[in-house]
Amino acid sequence: MHIVYPAVVSALLFSIGVYGVLARRNTILVLMSVELMLNAVNLNLVAFDVWLADRLHSGQVLTLFVIVIAAAEVGLGLAIVLALYRNRRTVDVDHLRDLAEPADDPPAAVLAASTGADHRASSAPARPAAEDRAEAADGRGEEQTVERGGGRL
Amino acid sequence: MTEAVPSYLSPTGQEIVFLLLGAVAVGSALLVVTTRQLVHAALWLVVSFGALAGCYLVLTAEFVAWVQVLIYVGAVVVLLLFGIMLTRAPIGRSADLDSGNRLVAALVALATAAILVTVVIDGFHRAYAPLDPGAGAAGELGASIFATWVLPFEALSVLLLAALIGAIVLSRTDIPGGSPPGPPADPQTGGTSAPDHPGGH
Repeated sequence: MHIVYPAVVSALLFSIGVYGVLARRNTILVLMSVELMLNAVNLNLVAFDVWLADRLHSGQVLTLFVIVIAAAEVGLGLAIVLALYRNRRTVDVDHLRDLAEPADDPPAAVLAASTGADHRASSAPARPAAEDRAEAADGRGEEQTVERGGGRL
Repeated sequence: MTEAVPSYLSPTGQEIVFLLLGAVAVGSALLVVTTRQLVHAALWLVVSFGALAGCYLVLTAEFVAWVQVLIYVGAVVVLLLFGIMLTRAPIGRSADLDSGNRLVAALVALATAAILVTVVIDGFHRAYAPLDPGAGAAGELGASIFATWVLPFEALSVLLLAALIGAIVLSRTDIPGGSPPGPPADPQTGGTSAPDHPGGH
């Protein structure tokens, strides 16, 4: 077996995962893309373990460890996503901008469009006020926004 | 290891099978990141992970292949489907699964793929490993884990426990956020209702 084959396949899988992480909007799809990247790494580890004929089997053992860590990561990530959904009624990464830079206009436009178009009930009307506050006083506004988010949790 | 490389023009049967499985894995991964339906993305992920398990089998890593089938196809994808269900995602086609920076993302991904493939082909085009079965069997791998890799293994179990506790704490809704008003009443009600909270609501 030429080692180039698994290496190229894993490189392609990794870049597909990069595309998914960057281009997808739903948080669960982002998690799926992260899984793709982890699998690319696993394929590399197995291929190079076979190539080096390691007597300690470090590549395959590390693959098992990566699989376990990926499972833990997905569990925690989904718990975070569910907590997010309970508090915000959305899992779109484009709409979760409380920790973003506050002074831009396009995010505010996106926010306004989303609050107008969608049907989220509780958290949406309070959000533009937070943006205004953050724009008015940079540091204090950001702090208050973060505090408010923590309080709602 | 690197001497007497067989020609690329006469692939063995193992290489042909591996390339076919790799094509399936890459193609279904592409569908995962481009499909318009959320549930289909999870199902294509099953196909991709299954093809990767086949790749591991061809590479003589049998135990890793079965662990991949068990954990990824059996647990991770089911967990992702649960997440899709619990966030009340649209089941049919939805137009807004991609964000605005799709073009930039495609550019970055293409650049990554070009760089990685170029470097890998340049670096390893003379690398050849004959496949002899048995090196990745459960017995050998288990002996290796419990002889050499015991400490990381145990650390990993602690990490799994921490992740489990963290997921339970994050998904419970009856834990008071700031000040604890009633700590004595909490374990009583929480102990019975904690397991069904992540799945129930």
